[in-house]
Amino acid sequence: MPKDGGIGASTVRREDIRFLTGKGRYTHDIDIRGQAYAVFVRSDVANGKINKIDTSKAMASPGVLAVMTGEDFVGMGGNPAGWLIQSRGGETMKEPKRPVLAHGKVRHVGDAYAVVVAETLAQARDGAALIEADITELPAVVNMADAVANPANRVHDEIENNVCFDWGWIEDNRAAVDAAFKSAPHVTTLELVNNRLVPNAMEPRASIGDYDPGTGDYKLITTSQNPHLSRLLIAAFVMGIPENKLTVIAPDVGGGFGSKIYHYGEEAAVLAAAKALNRPVKWVAERSESFLSDAHGRDHVTKIELASDKEGNFLALRTETLANVGAYLSNFSTATPTFLHGTLMSGPYKTPLVYVNVKAVFTNTVPVDAYRGAGRPEATYSIERVVDKLCDELGLDPLEVRRKNLLTPDQFPYQSPVGLMYDTGNYQATLDKMLELADVAGFEKRAAASKARGKMRGIGYSTWIEACGIAPSNLVGVLGARVGLYDAATVRVNATGNISVMVGAHSHGQGHETVFAQIVADQLGIDASSIDIVHGDTSKIPFGMGSYGSRSLAVCGTAMTKAVDKIIAKGKKIAAHMLEAAEGDITFEDGKFSDAGTDKAKTFGEIAFSAYVPHNYPLETLEPGLEETAFYDPANFTYPAGAYACEVEVDADTGEVTIASFTCADDFGNVMNPMIVNGQVHGGVAQGIGQALLESTTYDETGQLLSGSFMDYAMPRADNLPMFTVDHSCNTPCTHNPLGVKGCGEAGAIGSPPAVVNAVIDALHRGGHTNISHIDMPVTPARVWAAMNA
Amino acid sequence: MTKVTMTVNGKSVAAETEGRTLLSAYLREGLGLTGTHIGCDTSQCGACVVHVNGQAVKACSVFAQDVAGADVRTIEGMANADGSLGVIQQAFQTHHGLQCGFCTPGMVMSTAALLKDNPKPTESEVRHYLEGNMCRCTGYHNIVKAVLAASGQDVGAIAAE
Repeated sequence: MPKDGGIGASTVRREDIRFLTGKGRYTHDIDIRGQAYAVFVRSDVANGKINKIDTSKAMASPGVLAVMTGEDFVGMGGNPAGWLIQSRGGETMKEPKRPVLAHGKVRHVGDAYAVVVAETLAQARDGAALIEADITELPAVVNMADAVANPANRVHDEIENNVCFDWGWIEDNRAAVDAAFKSAPHVTTLELVNNRLVPNAMEPRASIGDYDPGTGDYKLITTSQNPHLSRLLIAAFVMGIPENKLTVIAPDVGGGFGSKIYHYGEEAAVLAAAKALNRPVKWVAERSESFLSDAHGRDHVTKIELASDKEGNFLALRTETLANVGAYLSNFSTATPTFLHGTLMSGPYKTPLVYVNVKAVFTNTVPVDAYRGAGRPEATYSIERVVDKLCDELGLDPLEVRRKNLLTPDQFPYQSPVGLMYDTGNYQATLDKMLELADVAGFEKRAAASKARGKMRGIGYSTWIEACGIAPSNLVGVLGARVGLYDAATVRVNATGNISVMVGAHSHGQGHETVFAQIVADQLGIDASSIDIVHGDTSKIPFGMGSYGSRSLAVCGTAMTKAVDKIIAKGKKIAAHMLEAAEGDITFEDGKFSDAGTDKAKTFGEIAFSAYVPHNYPLETLEPGLEETAFYDPANFTYPAGAYACEVEVDADTGEVTIASFTCADDFGNVMNPMIVNGQVHGGVAQGIGQALLESTTYDETGQLLSGSFMDYAMPRADNLPMFTVDHSCNTPCTHNPLGVKGCGEAGAIGSPPAVVNAVIDALHRGGHTNISHIDMPVTPARVWAAMNA
Repeated sequence: MTKVTMTVNGKSVAAETEGRTLLSAYLREGLGLTGTHIGCDTSQCGACVVHVNGQAVKACSVFAQDVAGADVRTIEGMANADGSLGVIQQAFQTHHGLQCGFCTPGMVMSTAALLKDNPKPTESEVRHYLEGNMCRCTGYHNIVKAVLAASGQDVGAIAAE
């Protein structure tokens, strides 16, 4: 074991030092000599025809160097959707071109149609204010039901009913599901909204474009969760430049939560402007721009039906969902409501028959894409809410109904009716752990105490599963993905024995620099302090797909351990030569290569030195040097699961909901750094509580975003949340990756919203409001009060 | 352009400003002190909190020219003289009170101001005080824990790190 903590240690984070002393290097903090500043001009109408953009006054403004409009980018490609979805009728989804800057039409408030570049930021702002755009406002398509029902109003002229696709999953099961509903003793129906969210990573997006005319090399420094994926999109799809001529650097990134997976037009625009002006061009979003241009999350309207017998055994489940994709298809937007949502719709339950229908709808709103959890929170919320409604209707206990429907350990591996193969789990164990930690047995006493204080107390549960470790390339290829979803790592042992590990994953808060080093240290039996993790620069790292979908450890971490395995294998060959032993007799333990059965050994450092100073080395059969790369494509998704309990107090007079406690019992497989895992759960749960109680992305009927700032959009703040109780002791290690890990980044955001809403409904029922069967998120005081007084 | 002089982290400094130059821009662009972060444009997020004459101030909410001559302290001035982490900074690391690090400078500066006025705050007082500092990563659990620990209180009983 390394002295400074290997796998399983709550090692404090090395990256904290720079963040705590103001030495982090975020894109906004980076200046390149001679840089100019870009400001984007954005549409203030939701739907409009661009008649003319007069840039002359802006060009004449002091300090302005260039003005570019959509016209300047017509020769470029579109920013593509990463997944091609087939409708249930067999036709391919509609994929309108998403240009770098709007051309011909603007399609949402915030749609950028021009960029002004000037010597200073202030001059760029002043110039932007002088752009005169003649835009004819058209009726806005905002509400999804209207978008489908009223084909005269169109987001894209060529798409007559505003539907991107109409997807059925799994179509072959549809008839059997419908038949099961016809004969079912009981059917519970629930219509619900999964509210649109704005990711709001605390660091706004920013990009710096640079171009070297001497070499023809482009460089983009940008706020990305996946620099190689961004490079591929920009080079191959949008700008048509050779990949080897573009370096993408994602330095310290201040949170992403999905919103920084995607390539955005601003990135291509600053690169094009940099080339045109022959000087670096920097753009930093204001928060208002983040609200108007970062991909939003969720936004489903769903009808879910659950068929059961009178004892609450689930027989079949069926959903119809309208999923808002906004004005353009963001890179993962078509995968999120389909393969990250429909495939989760049997949850952790035995439900034998499931059918999911999703219609993706264009609207004149900001594009919607994957946000922490991405499709899985939507699935989990629908399932867990309808389960509670079923319990209400049948007079059954929600814990007992969940328990009787949960898959049991003997059923793994389990082929779900919606296409996934769950490898392992123990859902009873996490449920029992949750009951213990949340002191569910003591709830009635607490409820009585609340009542004495004039509050209605309720408890709500959620038992959930997710599919993470995204994703097996051959499977997602069949499902329509246009990329592979492997990852890669290079382990470079330096001549002096210290190690640089270059990884395709990107850390924007997850602590990879600490945890990945712990893992390599553990494998090699050397101290983590001599290992550095390098990420975020396409000129340094191998081609990996970045961080999202709780994939960093399960996919990139596996690639890394496989690269270390290769290092050890080569080290054994070198050691065999040096020790004059048979390779098969060499063992490696605690940083030492030993000739088994003898006292002969070489340290890891001696082997590394020999690899680079190969004076006594088998050069005729073995290359010098000690550096290995591994790519890893996962054999399956991973399946984290858990059981959550939320207790709330509802004020009977105002309808205000207070979270009294929140308890999480998670199964993440093996845990590498418990401190960091707990932190991930805390953050995910906070975002889930934010969705459940606070966050509402509101458009008016003309497509104006009413919640466009932190003064209007209720972000969770310190005084909205309690301390959380989290546990991950009920582990069933993943069966198909060597670390046995499942991923933990999204769990909290997936499992928590239904627990909160279930708790509120329970509180209201206990308070006598038994007629309230559902309240849509966010469950604001106004909504609760209205429901109580309906 | 007007040259504005002030004392930042104990040193007398100067930079050119326009009337509209905010203190946050003065620190970042004028002095290169990029630890003070800009997370919003409505003075809500608190990533830019610094101390001006001992008071916690959102640096995006004051013009540089209006605080000419002031004594300003930023995150770059919070470490011990030998470069090691100060008590608050150390508590944030020990208790994993930061993830992406973007809100962290403001959190540390607000915490320092809180503990100066209220050396042993309750959990509720900490949460209320930090209401003007947003964090999207941590759910605040470990931030609150770190603040309590930095105040010298025992946080061993707080569930899970």
